[in-house]
Order: sequence, then C-alpha cells, then structure tokens
Amino acid sequence: MKTQQQIDRTARDLDPEVHDSNFMGAKLKSERRYATLHRDYDDPDKLRETAGLIKQHTLEHLDTYLAQAEASFQRNGATVHFAVDDDAVNAKVLSIMNENNAKSVVKSKSMLTEETHMLKYLEENGKEVVETDLGEFILQIDNDHPSHIVTPIVHKNRRGIAKSFEREGLGDYNDDPETITRRARKHLRQKYIDADVGLTGGNFVSAESGRVVLVTNEGNARFCMAANKIHIAVIGIEKLVPTDRDLGLFLNLIGRSGTGQQLTVYNQFIAGPKSKDQPHGPEQTHIIFVDNRRTEVLASDCREILRCIRCGACLNVCPIYRQSGGHAYRSVYPGPVGAVLSPLLAGNRFPELADLPKASSLCGACNEVCPVNIPIPDLLLRLRDKAKREGAKVAMKGTPNLAMWATLCSQPTMWKTALSMGHTMNYIPTELVPHPSAKSWQGARKLPKFQGGEFRKWFKNRK
Amino acid sequence: MSMLHTPPNRPAGKSIQLMTTCLCDAFYADVAQATVEILEFLGCEIELPDGQTCCGQPAFNSGDWVSSRKVVRHTAKVFAGDKPIVAPSGSCAAMVFHGAPLAFEKEADLPEIQALANRTWELLDFIVFGLGVTEWPGKFDAKITVHRSCHLRGSRSPEAMASLLGSIEGLTVEPIDETEQCCGFGGTFAVSFPNISNSMGTLKIEKLTASKPDIVAAADMGCMMHFGGMMEKQGYPQKRMHVAQILRDSLKNAGKI
Repeated sequence: MKTQQQIDRTARDLDPEVHDSNFMGAKLKSERRYATLHRDYDDPDKLRETAGLIKQHTLEHLDTYLAQAEASFQRNGATVHFAVDDDAVNAKVLSIMNENNAKSVVKSKSMLTEETHMLKYLEENGKEVVETDLGEFILQIDNDHPSHIVTPIVHKNRRGIAKSFEREGLGDYNDDPETITRRARKHLRQKYIDADVGLTGGNFVSAESGRVVLVTNEGNARFCMAANKIHIAVIGIEKLVPTDRDLGLFLNLIGRSGTGQQLTVYNQFIAGPKSKDQPHGPEQTHIIFVDNRRTEVLASDCREILRCIRCGACLNVCPIYRQSGGHAYRSVYPGPVGAVLSPLLAGNRFPELADLPKASSLCGACNEVCPVNIPIPDLLLRLRDKAKREGAKVAMKGTPNLAMWATLCSQPTMWKTALSMGHTMNYIPTELVPHPSAKSWQGARKLPKFQGGEFRKWFKNRK
Repeated sequence: MSMLHTPPNRPAGKSIQLMTTCLCDAFYADVAQATVEILEFLGCEIELPDGQTCCGQPAFNSGDWVSSRKVVRHTAKVFAGDKPIVAPSGSCAAMVFHGAPLAFEKEADLPEIQALANRTWELLDFIVFGLGVTEWPGKFDAKITVHRSCHLRGSRSPEAMASLLGSIEGLTVEPIDETEQCCGFGGTFAVSFPNISNSMGTLKIEKLTASKPDIVAAADMGCMMHFGGMMEKQGYPQKRMHVAQILRDSLKNAGKI
C-alpha cells in the first residue's frame, strides 16, 4: 500500500514467535515497573520530575561539569580523553591498546559502542573482542544486533539460543536457561582471565568525585576489570550528574524503571586505577568522553532527550514498540527514545530516519513512565515539523496534503458549505473509493454516518 | 512543561464558549447536543461561535505546523474574549492548551495563542474543577467500561470522569486491564501505520469488552470513531456512548431534565 510506512510493514511481516517475545517481554517489564515504583513511593512522579530537573540542569552547565569531572578523574589517577565522533572514539581505544601491546578485550554492554561499531572496528584491526553480557554475547555469536536498550535479545527465545550454542560448539542442544547460562559462564570465565583490556560504558558519572557508575545484573562489568591491567570506559558526555548524592536518586529510578528491580544487582563505582589506598583493580583507567553529535542535539530544540538514562521504560510501555520490535527502528536506539535520538544523531542523514518520529500515536505513555520526565511526544512532534520543513519524503509518506484543509478550516463559509454537502458521503459506497487512505482506514473500520450541520441547526432552532 | 498538565488558574464562570469540535460537527451531533444539555442543566450560558471549524490538530500531529498554525490563528480569532472555552473532547482541548503553544513557540503571536490556551477546558475537567460539581444527580442502570483516552493523560479529566460517573445511581463502572494502552488512532497514524493501528485497536477492544459491559464509553470522539468503527466491522454488540451522553441520559432517567 502506497501510504504504508516501513515500520508498519516490518510489524506486519514479523515472525509471530518474535512478535510474542517482544510483546510479552516488554509488557511484563512495564507491569513490574509500575508495581515496584508505586509500592515503594507515594508519589513517583515527584521523583521523576526531580531527576529530570537535575539532568536538565547538568546539560545546561555541561561545560562546567565536564571540566569538573575531568579534574576529579585526574585527581583519582585516571586518564581522561575527549572524542569528537565515532572514528575518534574507535581510534582512541585502538591506540590505547596498541600502546600497551594489548591483543584482546572483554567488553561489557554499552549502547555507545554500538553507535560507533566498536566491535567490528577492533576486530578488523586484529583484536579479539568478547561480549560478556549474556544477551550481547548471544548477539555476537549470531552476528545480530540489539533490539532493546536493556534487554538486547528480547526478540529471541531459548530454543533459538540453544541452537546457536550448539552451532558454536558450546555443548549439545539444551534449552534449559540455567544450562545455557552455566555454559556461557564457563566459556567467558577464561576470556576474562586472558584478556588484556576491559571495555565498559558508564551509566552515570559523578562530576564531584570523578566516579563512573556501572549497573548490571550479571556482574560482568566488574569481571571485565578484575583480571586485566587496563580499563577503558567509553561514556557519552550526557551521562554526567553533579554530585555523588544525586546518584541515590538515579540508581533508585533506573532499576525500577528499567526492569522493575528496586536496585540492579551489581552497582559499581569506579574512580580510577589501583593505588596505595586502593590495592585492587586495573593499573590504568581511561575515561573517554564522547560527543558524537551530542553537542548538536544539545543545541537543537530537542535537547531534553539527552536527559535519557537508557532504562528502556519507554520501549516497554510503547504500543508501537510492542507490536514492531526494536529492529524495526533501523538504528541503534529503538522505541520512543530512539525515534527522537536516532534521527538527531544521524546528522545530515536525518531524512533517512525522519519517518521514525512518525511511528507513534502520540499516546504519551513514554512520557508518563520516563524516569527523567522527557516530554517525548513533544519532541516527536518537533521532529515531524522539522521533517516537513526539510522535505524528508519518506517521513511524509501517508500524510495527506493539509494545506487545502487548512484553507477550508480558515474560511467558515466554505466550512459550513462542506459540512452540509458532506451528507452526500452517506450515499457513496466509500469502501469502494480507490483512494489509498480510504482503503487503509476502511480495511478494518466502518466510517460513522455523516451528520454535518445538524447540531448547529438544533442549537439555533431550539428556543 | 511535560505531559498534558492543564494550565493553572483558568477562568471558570458559567458564561462559556463551546468548542463543538469538527468530529461532533460532522459526525456526532448528539454528543454536542448532550454537552449543551448538561452544561445548561448546570446553569451555563452557552455561546457557540459560528465561525469555528477545527482545532488544527490533524496538521499539527502530521508535522505540517505551517498549516496547523493557520487553523489555530483562525480559532484564536473566532474564540475571542476571556470566557472559558469548553470542548467535549480531551484531544481537541489538549491541542488548544498544549499543542498550540508548542507550535507557536518561535512565533511572534505566541502570547495570543497562550491566552487562548489558558482558558481552554476539557468538558469533564470543567464540570468538576471549573464548576465544582463532583456528584452527578442522575440515574442510569447499566454496566459500563471506560476508555481513558491518551489525551486525558496527565490532566485531571480522568479523575473528574471517575468522580461524576461514580456518583450516578445504578451505574457500575467496570475496571479494565492495561488502562494505559492506546486505541491506536493517532490521526493520520491510523492511515500510515494500518497494521500496528489495527493490532492496537483489537487489543483495546478486547480489554474494553472483557467484562461484557452493556456500554463502552469515552470522552473523546477521535478514539471512539476509531475503535467504534472497528467494533462495528467486527460485530461487537456493545453500545458506545460519549460520557456527555451518559450524563445527559442519566438526568433524563432521573427526571431532572
């Protein structure tokens, strides 16, 4: 159908099993989130609003907080780098590795490294990279990519995973989740021990103390720096919060919003390499602060999206995400947050992703659950306006030309004539009208009976 | 500003301007009529600005803000004055009090549009929080379910609706699962994303009819046109009513009007 958007076709053609995995996975997490937040707090909205204000404040003074964070990390003995784009980040990681003669990396989950295609880059440059988050590990052996920010393999089921493990020589077919986990653990354990570098992202950074905070449920981020000499943390500049005290709020919100947990199982606070007072840990800690168009987003009228703490709550609750799945978004960040962030991060490739903001009924559920209160529907609307102004064709597909309609709506006489003439519609078999919009609507719905002008007539004549 | 928080300190008073909404104007005359009848029962004096057309939402949601602003400017002109503006539709009201200022944030005439926004009410919000009426003296023997339209989210309208419906003698409001689930309309969204929209509508109808109610109600004709059209196509037996119609009929049943 001419009017149909790509995401809609993807949803239609989705394997029913994958659809069910996506749908149930997302729905259950939403329910858990709701239960936990409302059980523990009388007014969760107050928390969300406060967290949003703190993040917005940090963004508005980002230069100050970045400088403060840099100084704090240096005081802790860490090395701080700044990378302007994806190439710069990848090259920086490679050069740290080469300078230290490092050959292998154990990697913890990080959406930012998905943005920069870090894994592929390092492999092409002769390094061995192993994903250690179980979901990401499965994606790596399947040569697949994440379909969710927090649950990267929400689209898979255990039978498929068992087959992948069998194919990779990780034991005979067995789809018992505990067996799968045990096998992965055994395989990864040696990788942790042998690796030269541990590569992680960062969920939060305290500018005050120079601490990277990492939250996981598997402990893999911690193992990534237990045995090796170098830890590299790749962090988007929007991850800063002003003080350690703020972390209490965010850690309470991220677990509850993301998975419905009161707290994620492992919460690490990493200040720097080992020292006299800190006998354990890597010998070197490198913090790479990454821009990769974030300052452009900050300068745009959608800057609130940079508050995002990547909890995935908006994906889970989104009726479009539930029906279409994360891969339908054709970009690193799926769901409502992705529909805003991905086209913005695309830079001059904006038109290619300008249809994503259209993939929303603007129901507002994403805003209602967002732990940092991002007005996502408003941002989607601003991007739709931008797409129209910039003539992004793919985004405007299916949108009727509304200039004529606006003219009609600005001229009451014409409007009233149209209202009274519209009655002829009741005698036209509109289901047979070959217009694609009419077909699209009436494939599944009946149109109401036209009654144009009747109310006005009643109002005028009743006394 | 986030969500659809209603503007503070809106004028209340019983002299109002009625925003019929284009859907009621074209398709649902009785909903507009019921709105008039309940507001007059409450002692309101209603002005129906003749030049009114549409709130501008179709173009706003479609990303054609130039066209949308043209319609909003017309609306601001037609609804001149300082009386409260009342609309029997959460989505049209939200377009005026939230959407329009957003579409005008870089425009010179933002103050005029903001003034329009600051006196616009959704009908049930107006009755309960504008007029202070929390109990409804009607009678209506039926079991109903209510769709919380997305555009009531964040506003006080769901609270107002619960309070009014809850006080009607004989009326039972059955709870529904997954209240937050959207019906899948979203204006042109339903046209450009027909498969997703249909799946959403089907889910919504399942939830709304699970308790086998006599009537499915809502306070937004956009949603009702969408899932109502689907229910009709699929042969669901439930009657569908706008909350204004239930309020009006309950007054009739109680012999109040």
